[in-house]
Amino acid sequence: MNRLEIALPGVTLKNPIMPASGCFGFGQEYAQLYDLSKLGAIMIKATTAEQRRGNPTPRVAETAAGMLNAIGLQNPGLEHVLAHELPWLEKYDVPIIANVAGSETEDYVQVAREISKAPNVYALELNISCPNVKCGGIQFGTDPDVAEALVRAVKEAAGVPVYVKLSPNVTSIVDMAKAVERGGADAITMINTLVGMRLDQRTGKPVIANGTGGLSGPGIKPVAIRMVYEVYKAVNIPIIGMGGVSTVEDVIDFLSAGASAVAVGTANFVEPFICPNLIDALPQKLDELGVENVQDLIGRSHR
Amino acid sequence: MIQQEKMKVVRQQQVADSIFEITLEGQLTDQMQEPGQFVHLRVADSYEPSLRRPISIANIDHDNKQFTMLYRAGGRGTDVLSKKQVGDVVDVLGPLGHGFPVEETQPGETALLVGGGIGVPPLYELSKRLNERGVKTIHVLGFRGAKDVFYEEEFNQLGETYIVTEDGSSGHQGFVTTLINEKNPAFDTFYTCGPTPMLRAVDQAFPGKKGFLSFEERMGCGIGACYACVCDTTDGGYKKVCSDGPVFAKGVVAL
Repeated sequence: MNRLEIALPGVTLKNPIMPASGCFGFGQEYAQLYDLSKLGAIMIKATTAEQRRGNPTPRVAETAAGMLNAIGLQNPGLEHVLAHELPWLEKYDVPIIANVAGSETEDYVQVAREISKAPNVYALELNISCPNVKCGGIQFGTDPDVAEALVRAVKEAAGVPVYVKLSPNVTSIVDMAKAVERGGADAITMINTLVGMRLDQRTGKPVIANGTGGLSGPGIKPVAIRMVYEVYKAVNIPIIGMGGVSTVEDVIDFLSAGASAVAVGTANFVEPFICPNLIDALPQKLDELGVENVQDLIGRSHR
Repeated sequence: MIQQEKMKVVRQQQVADSIFEITLEGQLTDQMQEPGQFVHLRVADSYEPSLRRPISIANIDHDNKQFTMLYRAGGRGTDVLSKKQVGDVVDVLGPLGHGFPVEETQPGETALLVGGGIGVPPLYELSKRLNERGVKTIHVLGFRGAKDVFYEEEFNQLGETYIVTEDGSSGHQGFVTTLINEKNPAFDTFYTCGPTPMLRAVDQAFPGKKGFLSFEERMGCGIGACYACVCDTTDGGYKKVCSDGPVFAKGVVAL
């Protein structure tokens, strides 16, 4: 028995660690550094029906214990991802969770239908929480009824399980979680970034061209843990936790709060080998905690 | 090949106002082949600064497995870097990006190297390589004022060197393009690195000439995964400054 194995809807992972969407491109860059087959899964960059150019630069700014970004869902579009990015990833023994974004329900449905046909896509991650685009993304992620309807529409079209990525920029993330569960979501991934801003000391103007950006990194971890903790109690579908994970202790915290697996975002930029490092560090951590399997840690805060 | 290594500081000194020269030693130096590439540095195991800082490579010494960078202190990361002592280590990821193609200038030909401020450093390794190849180099280096000038003597040893300062406190007064228009030097290829307005001016000064421009942009990952440093290209597409660049042939990037 593999101590690190974790079962999610539609796929069993060899370990609970995966790079988060938007922080890992489509894998090719990090493949120069290590074997992607080592990863539990890969959440690829958001794919939209047509290619998107994203926001003006500067798109990133450092903050205390994290960073702001406003990339704006830049991606080469569904056709290109299906023809080039996903086939390239097939040489690795790693399941792909495809992040799907759009501005209209029809866009989401179209991308979900097509991208779930790729043989290495085992699940979708419905992006209803990008804070950096004017149209699409977050309006689906802030109104429970709109979110529920979108999930229902995507579920009908998708050929693989549908995970839904929640935004922390809401009054009640529990209400959002319950809504997507009613809509038929197979799992929840959380949290996306928190909307923030950094000012230039000299000019007093925002550093990021978009004005606001999404805050990520170790600074947001307490918010993410609290939200995973609350959502775990409120729904019966699994959670993939993320938000500032950069140490093996962070991984343990997310599992304890109720996550079945953990995604790593900003830490990839700081330490490019962070995902394999965390995977390698897990067995010893389990020993220290006197726990046989990763599975045994899920939701232990609530027991 | 991109590697990560904790490299040892073997030298550090201030060479101009806020400008530091630091030399690191380690195996990773073996991977550095092209002038104009950069490294992504983690200067402290801290939450602020936490992100890596992209710094260009100014000099490569393969024999001693050392390389040198020149950088401007003043930011959160570069201030920490400037306080590193001999024997301290710096976490280096690199070499990254595509540098200047020296093979685009033939032995016996002349290359014009134009640098502005902290864009000057990568031109030093480039000039060394061009000279090794038998290319004659002319250097036009722009700074704000006399206190900002560095490496004048080093460049002088490699070829004709003009210092230009905005306030005229050292060398010629004006911008690099002021001097270029005045001297109108004959050359075959230009190579340039500096702030975007300078790149634009240099680009416009030489229509029809073969040239290579090194760009600067805020970066996240430094290897092409995060899409933070994307720039528009003249064909309507886009390029990533970190992994497709930072050096692009003239005409590729929309200026």
